[in-house]
Amino acid sequence: MPKLPAPPVPAPLKAPPPRPGESNGKGGPIEGAKAAGINVVDWVDERTSLSGGARWMMFRKVPKGTNWFYTLGSATMFAFLSQAVTGVFLAMYYRPDPAGGAYESIRYVTNDVFLGQFVRGMHKWGSSVMVILVFLHMGRTFFFGAYKYPRELNWVIGVVLLILTMVMSFTGYLLPFDQRAYWATIVGVNINGTGPLIGPYLSDFLRAGPEFGATTLSRFYAIHMLLVPGALIALISAHLYLVAKLGTTAPPWIKAEQSSELRKAEA
Amino acid sequence: MLLSDKHTQQKSKYTVDRMIPGAFEGETVTRRRFMTVSSQAMGGIAAASFLLPALGFAIGPIFKQPPHFWEDIGSTEDFTNNNYVPVVITIAQGIGEAGKSTAYVRQHNDAIDTDIYDRHTPYIAISTRCAHLGCPVRWVDAAERFICPCHGGVYDLLGRRVGGPPVRPLDRFPTRVKGDRVELWSGRFSVNSELKRFSPRDPGETVDGIGQYLYPSRPDARKSY
Repeated sequence: MPKLPAPPVPAPLKAPPPRPGESNGKGGPIEGAKAAGINVVDWVDERTSLSGGARWMMFRKVPKGTNWFYTLGSATMFAFLSQAVTGVFLAMYYRPDPAGGAYESIRYVTNDVFLGQFVRGMHKWGSSVMVILVFLHMGRTFFFGAYKYPRELNWVIGVVLLILTMVMSFTGYLLPFDQRAYWATIVGVNINGTGPLIGPYLSDFLRAGPEFGATTLSRFYAIHMLLVPGALIALISAHLYLVAKLGTTAPPWIKAEQSSELRKAEA
Repeated sequence: MLLSDKHTQQKSKYTVDRMIPGAFEGETVTRRRFMTVSSQAMGGIAAASFLLPALGFAIGPIFKQPPHFWEDIGSTEDFTNNNYVPVVITIAQGIGEAGKSTAYVRQHNDAIDTDIYDRHTPYIAISTRCAHLGCPVRWVDAAERFICPCHGGVYDLLGRRVGGPPVRPLDRFPTRVKGDRVELWSGRFSVNSELKRFSPRDPGETVDGIGQYLYPSRPDARKSY
């Protein structure tokens, strides 16, 4: 009996042709693992087309003269990521209880939890690092003139990010709930209150009432770990999108090449 | 045009010449537009139904005064009319030590007190909350001054500013005498530089001149005690 020809198989189900430099089909376990990884990525990419976006984001043309100063922005972002990760783990132990529980939970993290002092130290000192990096990044942008057209909106977003970083520092400072945290917050909230007309209402909003009360600490905690981080993540995404969309600037000391072959040819 | 007589008589710009099956005469808005607007409105209502309560929840405390109460601070024999005695009082309940504050108390003294003497002030109770930014002042006996440790605010015997950054005198608490016990009302009142009484303001907010309008007090704090 003659054998029927094999039915046509859809392209995704066919065995892929061997890649260049690979022996045909049957490789060792390493090549098998490699192929499995590629297959998983291909499977996701076929359904999402994410690789185009990733290429758009990662493989950009950068101007001549790009130097180490251009890493301050991503340094700031990694400082934020470090704060986010350490903050999530600190939240597993922290208790926003003003009647002694908050201080006790911080004491427990610092003295008793394995690596607790280290993670808390990362979060505490990392916040200062992040503020310093934000200002250095801002100074780089300013002195290189990178805020000019068409990047004004990215400067504005950056200023909002700076303010939100300050809000994070202010609200996070209360959480250890020791004497310094308490009095610094009293003073900080009252500084807000010195703004005319809306100042008194602003400080009432921060304190949840006319005096530092039972819900002030949990309010600061919610602002610190839910409200502002959400806004920060959204605005950092917008900031990065605009960086990729508009490209980066050359440093001001790089001059346009006046006498290139191309310009001669154009002229 | 291929329109029937029936169609040519129409005036609405939405039905003339559209030739859409099911379009009825006199439509004032296209169906696409109607669906767009109504689904946007539904989305807006859905978002408002959780955003507005959440917002009210967050800003509600601005308009809500915590309950104030009379606190027993000692016997009438504990206080003199020429020097201050510190008493620890509770200004926010339920949070332990963090809700406590200190007041300096003495008997009203006609020889030195220049403010009006009435049923609210048989004893002068000075709040230790500095009128600059809220740090705790202490009474320094040798200097006969209230001195703030944070930014150097200095106040005299009556709590009036004599130096440093504060913008008004120290706040006070109403007091009363019950039998031989002295009681203090946990809600402060503020005074201006002439020791005239005002509803409570936060530190850093002057009540002299235009200040009392620039820094409005909470509406429900204006009720008298």
